[in-house]
Amino acid sequence: MPQYLMSVWHDEEYVVDFTTPDAQRIGPQVGAFNAELEKADAWVFGAGLQPASSATVLRPAGAGVSMTDGPYAETKEQMGGFWVIEAPDLEAALDWAQRASDACEGPVELRPMQDEG
Amino acid sequence: MNDDNLAAVYRREVGRCTATLIRVLGSVDLAEDAVAEAFAIAAERWPVTGIPPNPGGWITTTARNRAIDRLRRESTRNDRHHAASRLQGDDMEPDDSSRDLGALDDFVDVVADDQLRLMFLCCHPALAPDAQVALNLRLLGGLEVPEIARAFLVEEAAIAQRLVRAKRKLRDNHASYAVPRPAQLPDRLHVVLSVIALIFTEGHTAGSGDALVRTNLLTEAIRLARVLVELMPDEPEAVGLLALMVLTDARRPARVAPDGSMVRLADQDRSRWDGALIAEGHALVRACLRRNQPGPFQLQAAIAAVHADAATADATDWSQIVALYDQLYVLQPTPVVAVSRVVAVAELHGPADALADLDALDKGRLDAYQPYPATRADLLPRAGLRASALAAYDRALALTTNPVERRFLTEQRARATFPRT
Repeated sequence: MPQYLMSVWHDEEYVVDFTTPDAQRIGPQVGAFNAELEKADAWVFGAGLQPASSATVLRPAGAGVSMTDGPYAETKEQMGGFWVIEAPDLEAALDWAQRASDACEGPVELRPMQDEG
Repeated sequence: MNDDNLAAVYRREVGRCTATLIRVLGSVDLAEDAVAEAFAIAAERWPVTGIPPNPGGWITTTARNRAIDRLRRESTRNDRHHAASRLQGDDMEPDDSSRDLGALDDFVDVVADDQLRLMFLCCHPALAPDAQVALNLRLLGGLEVPEIARAFLVEEAAIAQRLVRAKRKLRDNHASYAVPRPAQLPDRLHVVLSVIALIFTEGHTAGSGDALVRTNLLTEAIRLARVLVELMPDEPEAVGLLALMVLTDARRPARVAPDGSMVRLADQDRSRWDGALIAEGHALVRACLRRNQPGPFQLQAAIAAVHADAATADATDWSQIVALYDQLYVLQPTPVVAVSRVVAVAELHGPADALADLDALDKGRLDAYQPYPATRADLLPRAGLRASALAAYDRALALTTNPVERRFLTEQRARATFPRT
Protein backbone atom coordinates (compact mmCIF):
# COMPACT_ATOMS: atom_id res chain seq x y z
CA MET A 1 0.00 0.00 0.00
CA PRO A 2 1.26 3.52 -0.78
CA GLN A 3 2.99 5.36 2.04
CA TYR A 4 2.97 9.10 2.63
CA LEU A 5 4.92 11.54 4.77
CA MET A 6 2.80 14.03 6.67
CA SER A 7 4.97 16.80 8.13
CA VAL A 8 3.80 19.49 10.54
CA TRP A 9 5.16 23.01 10.17
CA HIS A 10 5.73 25.44 13.05
CA ASP A 11 7.14 28.90 13.50
CA GLU A 12 10.90 28.58 13.82
CA GLU A 13 11.06 29.65 17.45
CA TYR A 14 8.81 27.20 19.19
CA VAL A 15 9.49 25.95 22.69
CA VAL A 16 8.75 22.41 23.76
CA ASP A 17 6.62 23.03 26.84
CA PHE A 18 3.75 20.71 27.64
CA THR A 19 2.30 23.00 30.31
CA THR A 20 1.13 25.86 28.06
CA PRO A 21 -2.63 26.10 27.37
CA ASP A 22 -1.96 25.46 23.66
CA ALA A 23 0.01 22.30 24.41
CA GLN A 24 -2.63 21.18 26.93
CA ARG A 25 -5.25 21.44 24.22
CA ILE A 26 -3.30 20.22 21.19
CA GLY A 27 -1.56 17.30 22.97
CA PRO A 28 -4.76 15.31 23.59
CA GLN A 29 -6.05 16.16 20.08
CA VAL A 30 -2.92 14.69 18.52
CA GLY A 31 -3.10 11.70 20.88
CA ALA A 32 -6.66 10.96 19.77
CA PHE A 33 -5.64 11.34 16.12
CA ASN A 34 -2.73 8.91 16.61
CA ALA A 35 -5.13 6.38 18.14
CA GLU A 36 -7.38 6.67 15.09
CA LEU A 37 -4.43 6.14 12.74
CA GLU A 38 -3.52 2.98 14.65
CA LYS A 39 -7.07 1.70 14.75
CA ALA A 40 -7.32 2.10 10.97
CA ASP A 41 -3.94 0.37 10.43
CA ALA A 42 -2.73 3.56 8.76
CA TRP A 43 0.01 4.29 11.34
CA VAL A 44 3.61 3.51 10.33
CA PHE A 45 5.55 5.98 12.46
CA GLY A 46 5.24 9.43 13.92
CA ALA A 47 7.07 11.81 16.25
CA GLY A 48 7.41 15.40 17.36
CA LEU A 49 10.81 17.04 16.85
CA GLN A 50 12.94 19.27 19.04
CA PRO A 51 13.13 22.86 17.66
CA ALA A 52 15.05 23.49 14.43
CA SER A 53 17.86 25.22 16.39
CA SER A 54 18.84 21.75 17.65
CA ALA A 55 19.65 20.56 14.11
CA THR A 56 23.08 19.98 12.55
CA VAL A 57 23.72 19.90 8.79
CA LEU A 58 26.43 17.63 7.32
CA ARG A 59 27.81 17.92 3.81
CA PRO A 60 30.35 15.81 1.96
CA ALA A 61 33.61 17.79 1.80
CA GLY A 62 36.40 16.06 -0.07
CA ALA A 63 37.60 13.14 2.02
CA GLY A 64 35.68 14.11 5.11
CA VAL A 65 32.50 15.90 5.97
CA SER A 66 31.67 19.47 6.96
CA MET A 67 29.30 20.20 9.80
CA THR A 68 27.29 23.36 10.37
CA ASP A 69 25.03 24.35 13.20
CA GLY A 70 21.32 24.91 12.60
CA PRO A 71 18.65 23.68 10.20
CA TYR A 72 19.32 23.17 6.48
CA ALA A 73 16.97 25.90 5.29
CA GLU A 74 16.86 29.28 7.02
CA THR A 75 13.12 29.75 6.74
CA LYS A 76 10.54 31.28 9.03
CA GLU A 77 8.75 27.95 9.40
CA GLN A 78 10.41 24.65 10.18
CA MET A 79 9.27 21.04 10.40
CA GLY A 80 8.11 20.35 13.93
CA GLY A 81 6.99 16.76 13.61
CA PHE A 82 5.90 14.12 11.15
CA TRP A 83 4.01 10.93 10.50
CA VAL A 84 4.52 8.18 8.00
CA ILE A 85 1.16 6.70 7.09
CA GLU A 86 -0.22 4.03 4.79
CA ALA A 87 -3.26 4.88 2.68
CA PRO A 88 -4.86 3.20 -0.33
CA ASP A 89 -4.84 6.39 -2.43
CA LEU A 90 -4.30 10.14 -2.42
CA GLU A 91 -7.89 10.85 -1.45
CA ALA A 92 -7.62 8.74 1.71
CA ALA A 93 -4.22 10.28 2.49
CA LEU A 94 -5.64 13.81 2.07
CA ASP A 95 -8.39 12.85 4.50
CA TRP A 96 -5.79 11.89 7.12
CA ALA A 97 -3.72 15.01 6.40
CA GLN A 98 -6.74 17.24 6.90
CA ARG A 99 -7.44 15.61 10.26
CA ALA A 100 -3.75 15.89 11.20
CA SER A 101 -3.86 19.60 10.41
CA ASP A 102 -7.01 20.00 12.53
CA ALA A 103 -5.46 18.05 15.44
CA CYS A 104 -2.20 20.02 15.59
CA GLU A 105 -3.80 23.33 14.54
CA GLY A 106 -1.18 24.06 11.92
CA PRO A 107 -0.19 23.47 8.32
CA VAL A 108 0.58 19.89 7.28
CA GLU A 109 2.45 18.92 4.12
CA LEU A 110 1.49 15.63 2.48
CA ARG A 111 4.07 13.95 0.27
CA PRO A 112 4.09 10.48 -1.25
CA MET A 113 6.97 8.08 -0.65
CA GLN A 114 8.76 6.67 -3.70
CA ASP A 115 7.36 3.31 -4.75
CA GLU A 116 9.38 0.28 -3.80
CA GLY A 117 11.54 -1.11 -6.59
CA MET B 1 -15.79 11.65 -45.56
CA ASN B 2 -13.86 14.87 -45.15
CA ASP B 3 -11.61 16.39 -42.48
CA ASP B 4 -14.53 18.20 -40.87
CA ASN B 5 -16.15 14.91 -40.03
CA LEU B 6 -12.99 13.50 -38.52
CA ALA B 7 -12.49 16.73 -36.60
CA ALA B 8 -16.07 16.58 -35.32
CA VAL B 9 -15.63 12.97 -34.18
CA TYR B 10 -12.36 13.95 -32.51
CA ARG B 11 -13.95 16.81 -30.58
CA ARG B 12 -16.91 14.70 -29.51
CA GLU B 13 -15.15 11.46 -28.70
CA VAL B 14 -11.56 12.15 -27.68
CA GLY B 15 -12.32 12.91 -24.03
CA ARG B 16 -14.61 9.92 -23.69
CA CYS B 17 -12.10 7.55 -25.33
CA THR B 18 -9.18 8.88 -23.27
CA ALA B 19 -11.24 8.52 -20.10
CA THR B 20 -11.99 4.87 -20.81
CA LEU B 21 -8.42 4.06 -21.87
CA ILE B 22 -7.04 5.56 -18.64
CA ARG B 23 -9.20 3.13 -16.68
CA VAL B 24 -8.26 0.21 -18.90
CA LEU B 25 -4.53 0.97 -19.09
CA GLY B 26 -4.12 2.45 -15.62
CA SER B 27 -1.94 5.25 -17.00
CA VAL B 28 -2.78 8.69 -18.35
CA ASP B 29 0.29 8.84 -20.60
CA LEU B 30 -0.32 5.41 -22.14
CA ALA B 31 -3.96 6.33 -22.73
CA GLU B 32 -3.06 9.62 -24.45
CA ASP B 33 -0.59 7.86 -26.75
CA ALA B 34 -3.01 5.05 -27.59
CA VAL B 35 -5.90 7.40 -28.40
CA ALA B 36 -3.65 9.62 -30.54
CA GLU B 37 -2.48 6.53 -32.44
CA ALA B 38 -6.06 5.36 -33.00
CA PHE B 39 -7.06 8.75 -34.41
CA ALA B 40 -4.01 8.70 -36.70
CA ILE B 41 -5.16 5.31 -38.03
CA ALA B 42 -8.69 6.66 -38.44
CA ALA B 43 -7.33 9.61 -40.45
CA GLU B 44 -5.76 7.09 -42.84
CA ARG B 45 -8.60 4.60 -43.06
CA TRP B 46 -11.86 6.50 -42.74
CA PRO B 47 -11.44 8.43 -46.02
CA VAL B 48 -11.48 4.99 -47.71
CA THR B 49 -13.86 2.98 -45.53
CA GLY B 50 -16.15 5.79 -44.38
CA ILE B 51 -16.82 6.62 -40.73
CA PRO B 52 -17.85 3.49 -38.81
CA PRO B 53 -21.35 3.46 -37.26
CA ASN B 54 -19.93 3.84 -33.73
CA PRO B 55 -16.80 5.97 -34.24
CA GLY B 56 -16.12 6.38 -30.51
CA GLY B 57 -16.30 2.62 -29.98
CA TRP B 58 -14.02 2.09 -32.96
CA ILE B 59 -11.43 4.51 -31.60
CA THR B 60 -11.60 3.00 -28.11
CA THR B 61 -11.23 -0.56 -29.36
CA THR B 62 -8.44 0.36 -31.79
CA ALA B 63 -6.60 2.34 -29.13
CA ARG B 64 -6.87 -0.57 -26.72
CA ASN B 65 -5.64 -3.11 -29.29
CA ARG B 66 -2.73 -0.88 -30.24
CA ALA B 67 -1.85 -0.41 -26.60
CA ILE B 68 -1.85 -4.19 -26.06
CA ASP B 69 0.41 -4.66 -29.10
CA ARG B 70 2.80 -2.06 -27.86
CA LEU B 71 2.79 -3.40 -24.31
CA ARG B 72 3.61 -6.88 -25.61
CA ARG B 73 6.45 -5.46 -27.69
CA GLU B 74 7.90 -3.37 -24.91
CA SER B 75 6.86 -5.25 -21.77
CA THR B 76 10.04 -4.40 -19.91
CA ARG B 77 9.00 -1.47 -17.79
CA ASN B 78 7.03 -1.87 -14.62
CA ASP B 79 4.03 0.24 -15.55
CA ARG B 80 3.71 -1.66 -18.79
CA HIS B 81 3.75 -4.99 -16.97
CA HIS B 82 1.11 -3.58 -14.71
CA ALA B 83 -1.01 -2.38 -17.63
CA ALA B 84 -0.56 -5.67 -19.50
CA SER B 85 -1.79 -7.66 -16.53
CA ARG B 86 -4.77 -5.35 -16.22
CA LEU B 87 -5.65 -5.86 -19.85
CA GLN B 88 -5.64 -9.64 -19.66
CA GLY B 89 -8.48 -9.49 -17.16
CA ASP B 90 -10.34 -6.86 -19.10
CA ASP B 91 -12.95 -7.82 -21.60
CA MET B 92 -13.90 -4.65 -23.34
CA GLU B 93 -15.67 -4.94 -26.66
CA PRO B 94 -18.07 -2.04 -27.21
CA ASP B 95 -19.35 -3.48 -30.47
CA ASP B 96 -19.84 -6.99 -29.12
CA SER B 97 -23.49 -7.71 -29.92
CA SER B 98 -23.41 -11.12 -28.25
CA ARG B 99 -23.59 -9.56 -24.78
CA ASP B 100 -26.90 -9.69 -23.00
CA LEU B 101 -28.66 -6.39 -22.56
CA GLY B 102 -27.98 -6.07 -18.81
CA ALA B 103 -24.26 -6.48 -19.28
CA LEU B 104 -24.36 -3.93 -22.06
CA ASP B 105 -26.13 -1.45 -19.80
CA ASP B 106 -23.46 -2.01 -17.16
CA PHE B 107 -20.81 -1.41 -19.77
CA VAL B 108 -22.43 1.82 -20.90
CA ASP B 109 -22.65 2.98 -17.25
CA VAL B 110 -18.99 2.22 -16.65
CA VAL B 111 -17.95 4.08 -19.77
CA ALA B 112 -20.15 7.07 -18.90
CA ASP B 113 -18.59 7.10 -15.43
CA ASP B 114 -15.15 7.17 -17.04
CA GLN B 115 -15.75 10.76 -18.14
CA LEU B 116 -16.76 11.73 -14.62
CA ARG B 117 -13.69 9.98 -13.21
CA LEU B 118 -11.48 11.91 -15.61
CA MET B 119 -13.21 15.18 -14.80
CA PHE B 120 -12.64 14.70 -11.08
CA LEU B 121 -9.04 13.62 -11.74
CA CYS B 122 -8.29 16.69 -13.87
CA CYS B 123 -9.93 18.91 -11.25
CA HIS B 124 -8.10 17.29 -8.33
CA PRO B 125 -7.88 19.74 -5.44
CA ALA B 126 -4.22 18.77 -4.95
CA LEU B 127 -3.46 20.52 -8.29
CA ALA B 128 -3.09 24.27 -8.84
CA PRO B 129 -5.96 25.92 -10.80
CA ASP B 130 -3.83 26.57 -13.90
CA ALA B 131 -2.83 22.90 -13.96
CA GLN B 132 -6.47 21.82 -13.53
CA VAL B 133 -7.50 24.01 -16.46
CA ALA B 134 -4.69 22.77 -18.72
CA LEU B 135 -5.37 19.11 -17.88
CA ASN B 136 -9.09 19.47 -18.60
CA LEU B 137 -8.47 21.11 -21.95
CA ARG B 138 -5.83 18.56 -22.92
CA LEU B 139 -7.40 15.30 -21.74
CA LEU B 140 -11.15 15.96 -21.92
CA GLY B 141 -11.18 18.55 -24.69
CA GLY B 142 -8.36 17.05 -26.74
CA LEU B 143 -6.81 20.50 -27.29
CA GLU B 144 -3.18 20.37 -28.37
CA VAL B 145 -0.50 22.08 -26.29
CA PRO B 146 -0.03 24.98 -28.79
CA GLU B 147 -3.79 25.67 -28.74
CA ILE B 148 -3.82 25.84 -24.93
CA ALA B 149 -0.71 28.02 -24.95
CA ARG B 150 -2.27 30.47 -27.43
CA ALA B 151 -5.49 30.66 -25.46
CA PHE B 152 -3.68 31.66 -22.27
CA LEU B 153 -0.84 33.65 -23.88
CA VAL B 154 1.67 31.34 -22.23
CA GLU B 155 4.75 29.74 -23.79
CA GLU B 156 4.11 26.27 -25.21
CA ALA B 157 6.98 24.87 -23.16
CA ALA B 158 5.38 26.21 -19.99
CA ILE B 159 2.05 24.53 -20.77
CA ALA B 160 3.81 21.27 -21.68
CA GLN B 161 5.72 21.36 -18.41
CA ARG B 162 2.56 22.19 -16.45
CA LEU B 163 0.85 19.14 -17.95
CA VAL B 164 3.81 16.82 -17.31
CA ARG B 165 4.09 17.97 -13.69
CA ALA B 166 0.38 17.66 -13.03
CA LYS B 167 0.22 14.13 -14.45
CA ARG B 168 3.34 13.13 -12.53
CA LYS B 169 1.93 14.52 -9.30
CA LEU B 170 -1.30 12.60 -9.71
CA ARG B 171 0.62 9.41 -10.53
CA ASP B 172 3.23 9.71 -7.75
CA ASN B 173 0.52 10.47 -5.23
CA HIS B 174 -1.60 7.48 -6.27
CA ALA B 175 -4.61 9.68 -7.04
CA SER B 176 -7.58 7.36 -7.43
CA TYR B 177 -9.48 7.12 -10.70
CA ALA B 178 -12.89 7.17 -9.11
CA VAL B 179 -15.92 9.37 -8.61
CA PRO B 180 -15.50 10.83 -5.09
CA ARG B 181 -17.30 9.28 -2.16
CA PRO B 182 -20.54 11.05 -1.14
CA ALA B 183 -18.85 12.69 1.88
CA GLN B 184 -16.30 14.39 -0.39
CA LEU B 185 -18.52 14.93 -3.40
CA PRO B 186 -19.76 18.47 -2.61
CA ASP B 187 -16.23 19.87 -2.18
CA ARG B 188 -14.86 18.00 -5.17
CA LEU B 189 -17.79 18.99 -7.38
CA HIS B 190 -17.27 22.61 -6.38
CA VAL B 191 -13.72 22.42 -7.77
CA VAL B 192 -14.98 20.90 -11.05
CA LEU B 193 -17.54 23.69 -11.43
CA SER B 194 -14.96 26.39 -10.67
CA VAL B 195 -12.56 24.99 -13.25
CA ILE B 196 -15.25 24.91 -15.94
CA ALA B 197 -16.27 28.47 -15.01
CA LEU B 198 -12.63 29.56 -15.20
CA ILE B 199 -12.24 28.11 -18.70
CA PHE B 200 -15.42 29.93 -19.76
CA THR B 201 -14.30 33.23 -18.24
CA GLU B 202 -10.96 33.03 -20.06
CA GLY B 203 -12.80 32.48 -23.32
CA HIS B 204 -15.24 35.29 -22.56
CA THR B 205 -12.62 37.98 -21.90
CA ALA B 206 -12.66 39.47 -25.36
CA GLY B 207 -9.73 41.17 -27.00
CA SER B 208 -6.69 39.41 -25.61
CA GLY B 209 -5.29 36.33 -27.25
CA ASP B 210 -6.40 34.64 -30.43
CA ALA B 211 -10.16 35.21 -30.86
CA LEU B 212 -10.76 31.85 -32.51
CA VAL B 213 -8.89 29.97 -29.81
CA ARG B 214 -10.88 31.84 -27.18
CA THR B 215 -14.11 30.73 -28.84
CA ASN B 216 -12.78 27.18 -28.46
CA LEU B 217 -12.57 27.75 -24.72
CA LEU B 218 -16.20 28.88 -24.56
CA THR B 219 -17.32 25.88 -26.59
CA GLU B 220 -15.21 23.54 -24.50
CA ALA B 221 -16.46 24.92 -21.17
CA ILE B 222 -20.08 24.55 -22.29
CA ARG B 223 -19.39 21.06 -23.62
CA LEU B 224 -17.81 20.01 -20.30
CA ALA B 225 -20.78 21.40 -18.38
CA ARG B 226 -23.20 19.55 -20.66
CA VAL B 227 -21.36 16.28 -20.01
CA LEU B 228 -21.39 16.96 -16.27
CA VAL B 229 -25.12 17.76 -16.23
CA GLU B 230 -25.86 14.66 -18.28
CA LEU B 231 -23.90 12.49 -15.83
CA MET B 232 -24.96 14.29 -12.62
CA PRO B 233 -28.46 15.59 -13.40
CA ASP B 234 -29.31 15.89 -9.69
CA GLU B 235 -26.70 18.57 -8.96
CA PRO B 236 -28.53 21.93 -9.27
CA GLU B 237 -25.32 23.97 -9.22
CA ALA B 238 -24.01 22.03 -12.23
CA VAL B 239 -27.25 22.83 -14.07
CA GLY B 240 -26.96 26.43 -12.85
CA LEU B 241 -23.45 26.77 -14.25
CA LEU B 242 -24.53 25.37 -17.61
CA ALA B 243 -27.50 27.76 -17.68
CA LEU B 244 -25.28 30.72 -16.79
CA MET B 245 -22.78 29.92 -19.55
CA VAL B 246 -25.46 29.25 -22.16
CA LEU B 247 -27.26 32.53 -21.38
CA THR B 248 -23.98 34.48 -21.38
CA ASP B 249 -22.86 32.90 -24.62
CA ALA B 250 -26.24 33.75 -26.18
CA ARG B 251 -25.22 37.42 -26.03
CA ARG B 252 -21.86 36.87 -27.73
CA PRO B 253 -22.99 38.00 -31.24
CA ALA B 254 -24.01 41.39 -29.78
CA ARG B 255 -21.11 41.82 -27.35
CA VAL B 256 -18.45 42.99 -29.78
CA ALA B 257 -19.12 45.66 -32.44
CA PRO B 258 -17.95 45.09 -36.05
CA ASP B 259 -14.91 47.31 -35.33
CA GLY B 260 -13.93 45.02 -32.45
CA SER B 261 -14.97 47.38 -29.65
CA MET B 262 -16.95 46.15 -26.64
CA VAL B 263 -20.69 46.83 -26.44
CA ARG B 264 -22.23 47.20 -22.98
CA LEU B 265 -25.23 45.07 -22.11
CA ALA B 266 -27.48 48.17 -22.13
CA ASP B 267 -26.36 49.11 -25.64
CA GLN B 268 -26.46 45.66 -27.23
CA ASP B 269 -28.68 44.93 -30.23
CA ARG B 270 -30.84 42.29 -28.57
CA SER B 271 -32.15 40.98 -31.87
CA ARG B 272 -28.66 39.53 -32.35
CA TRP B 273 -28.88 37.43 -29.20
CA ASP B 274 -29.11 33.69 -29.87
CA GLY B 275 -32.76 32.79 -29.26
CA ALA B 276 -32.20 29.04 -29.14
CA LEU B 277 -29.53 29.36 -26.44
CA ILE B 278 -31.73 31.74 -24.44
CA ALA B 279 -34.63 29.27 -24.59
CA GLU B 280 -32.32 26.48 -23.44
CA GLY B 281 -30.92 28.67 -20.66
CA HIS B 282 -34.39 29.58 -19.41
CA ALA B 283 -35.44 25.93 -19.31
CA LEU B 284 -32.30 25.04 -17.36
CA VAL B 285 -32.80 27.89 -14.87
CA ARG B 286 -36.38 26.80 -14.23
CA ALA B 287 -35.28 23.18 -13.83
CA CYS B 288 -32.60 23.91 -11.23
CA LEU B 289 -34.50 26.56 -9.24
CA ARG B 290 -37.41 24.12 -8.89
CA ARG B 291 -35.15 22.03 -6.65
CA ASN B 292 -35.07 24.90 -4.18
CA GLN B 293 -31.39 24.51 -3.29
CA PRO B 294 -30.16 27.89 -4.54
CA GLY B 295 -26.43 28.30 -5.04
CA PRO B 296 -24.17 30.97 -6.54
CA PHE B 297 -24.24 29.63 -10.11
CA GLN B 298 -28.02 29.21 -10.09
CA LEU B 299 -28.53 32.76 -8.83
CA GLN B 300 -26.15 34.20 -11.44
CA ALA B 301 -27.99 32.19 -14.09
CA ALA B 302 -31.31 33.57 -12.81
CA ILE B 303 -29.90 37.11 -13.13
CA ALA B 304 -28.78 36.37 -16.70
CA ALA B 305 -32.26 34.97 -17.39
CA VAL B 306 -33.93 38.18 -16.18
CA HIS B 307 -31.70 40.18 -18.55
CA ALA B 308 -32.54 37.80 -21.38
CA ASP B 309 -36.26 38.27 -20.66
CA ALA B 310 -36.14 42.00 -21.38
CA ALA B 311 -36.85 42.91 -24.99
CA THR B 312 -35.08 46.25 -24.44
CA ALA B 313 -32.62 47.43 -21.78
CA ASP B 314 -35.31 49.77 -20.38
CA ALA B 315 -37.69 46.84 -19.91
CA THR B 316 -35.26 45.08 -17.52
CA ASP B 317 -36.83 44.04 -14.21
CA TRP B 318 -34.16 45.67 -12.01
CA SER B 319 -35.99 45.04 -8.74
CA GLN B 320 -35.79 41.31 -9.39
CA ILE B 321 -32.13 41.59 -10.32
CA VAL B 322 -31.29 43.52 -7.14
CA ALA B 323 -33.21 40.93 -5.08
CA LEU B 324 -31.21 38.12 -6.73
CA TYR B 325 -27.92 39.96 -6.07
CA ASP B 326 -28.97 40.37 -2.43
CA GLN B 327 -29.41 36.60 -2.19
CA LEU B 328 -26.14 36.01 -4.01
CA TYR B 329 -24.27 38.36 -1.66
CA VAL B 330 -25.48 36.34 1.32
CA LEU B 331 -23.93 33.19 -0.18
CA GLN B 332 -20.91 34.91 -1.69
CA PRO B 333 -19.95 38.19 0.00
CA THR B 334 -17.23 39.07 -2.52
CA PRO B 335 -16.23 42.40 -4.13
CA VAL B 336 -17.37 41.01 -7.50
CA VAL B 337 -20.91 40.47 -6.27
CA ALA B 338 -20.98 43.74 -4.29
CA VAL B 339 -19.98 45.85 -7.29
CA SER B 340 -22.34 44.04 -9.68
CA ARG B 341 -25.16 44.60 -7.21
CA VAL B 342 -24.38 48.34 -7.09
CA VAL B 343 -24.72 48.52 -10.89
CA ALA B 344 -28.23 47.08 -10.57
CA VAL B 345 -29.06 49.44 -7.68
CA ALA B 346 -28.13 52.39 -9.92
CA GLU B 347 -30.73 51.28 -12.44
CA LEU B 348 -33.39 50.69 -9.79
CA HIS B 349 -32.86 53.63 -7.40
CA GLY B 350 -30.56 55.99 -9.33
CA PRO B 351 -26.83 56.81 -9.24
CA ALA B 352 -26.86 58.61 -5.88
CA ASP B 353 -28.12 55.55 -3.97
CA ALA B 354 -25.68 53.34 -5.87
CA LEU B 355 -22.74 55.60 -5.03
CA ALA B 356 -23.77 55.55 -1.36
CA ASP B 357 -23.81 51.73 -1.45
CA LEU B 358 -20.46 51.71 -3.21
CA ASP B 359 -18.91 54.06 -0.65
CA ALA B 360 -20.17 51.84 2.16
CA LEU B 361 -18.03 48.94 0.88
CA ASP B 362 -14.60 48.22 2.33
CA LYS B 363 -12.30 50.18 0.00
CA GLY B 364 -9.16 48.44 1.20
CA ARG B 365 -10.25 45.21 -0.41
CA LEU B 366 -11.54 46.91 -3.56
CA ASP B 367 -8.78 49.33 -4.46
CA ALA B 368 -7.04 47.00 -6.92
CA TYR B 369 -10.28 45.52 -8.29
CA GLN B 370 -10.78 47.19 -11.68
CA PRO B 371 -14.62 47.07 -11.78
CA TYR B 372 -14.72 49.16 -8.59
CA PRO B 373 -13.20 52.38 -10.01
CA ALA B 374 -14.80 51.60 -13.41
CA THR B 375 -18.25 51.48 -11.80
CA ARG B 376 -17.58 54.62 -9.74
CA ALA B 377 -16.39 56.37 -12.91
CA ASP B 378 -19.63 55.42 -14.63
CA LEU B 379 -21.86 56.51 -11.72
CA LEU B 380 -20.18 59.81 -10.74
CA PRO B 381 -21.02 61.85 -13.88
CA ARG B 382 -24.56 60.47 -13.80
CA ALA B 383 -24.80 61.95 -10.29
CA GLY B 384 -23.39 65.26 -11.61
CA LEU B 385 -19.88 64.73 -10.20
CA ARG B 386 -17.75 65.03 -13.34
CA ALA B 387 -14.45 66.08 -11.83
CA SER B 388 -14.36 63.09 -9.46
CA ALA B 389 -15.23 60.82 -12.38
CA LEU B 390 -12.00 61.65 -14.20
CA ALA B 391 -9.87 60.46 -11.28
CA ALA B 392 -11.93 57.26 -11.11
CA TYR B 393 -11.45 56.68 -14.87
CA ASP B 394 -7.70 57.16 -14.48
CA ARG B 395 -7.61 54.65 -11.64
CA ALA B 396 -9.68 52.16 -13.70
CA LEU B 397 -7.43 52.63 -16.74
CA ALA B 398 -4.35 52.04 -14.61
CA LEU B 399 -5.81 48.63 -13.71
CA THR B 400 -6.90 47.64 -17.25
CA THR B 401 -4.61 45.71 -19.60
CA ASN B 402 -7.19 44.36 -22.07
CA PRO B 403 -6.95 46.69 -25.14
CA VAL B 404 -10.67 46.48 -25.99
CA GLU B 405 -11.64 47.49 -22.46
CA ARG B 406 -9.01 50.26 -22.43
CA ARG B 407 -10.47 51.75 -25.58
CA PHE B 408 -13.96 51.61 -24.10
CA LEU B 409 -12.87 53.35 -20.88
CA THR B 410 -10.86 56.00 -22.75
CA GLU B 411 -13.93 56.90 -24.82
CA GLN B 412 -16.15 56.98 -21.75
CA ARG B 413 -13.65 59.20 -19.97
CA ALA B 414 -13.63 61.66 -22.89
CA ARG B 415 -17.42 61.69 -22.92
CA ALA B 416 -17.62 62.32 -19.16
CA THR B 417 -15.48 65.45 -19.56
CA PHE B 418 -18.22 67.21 -21.47
CA PRO B 419 -21.88 67.56 -20.51
CA ARG B 420 -24.05 65.12 -22.44
CA THR B 421 -26.07 66.73 -25.19
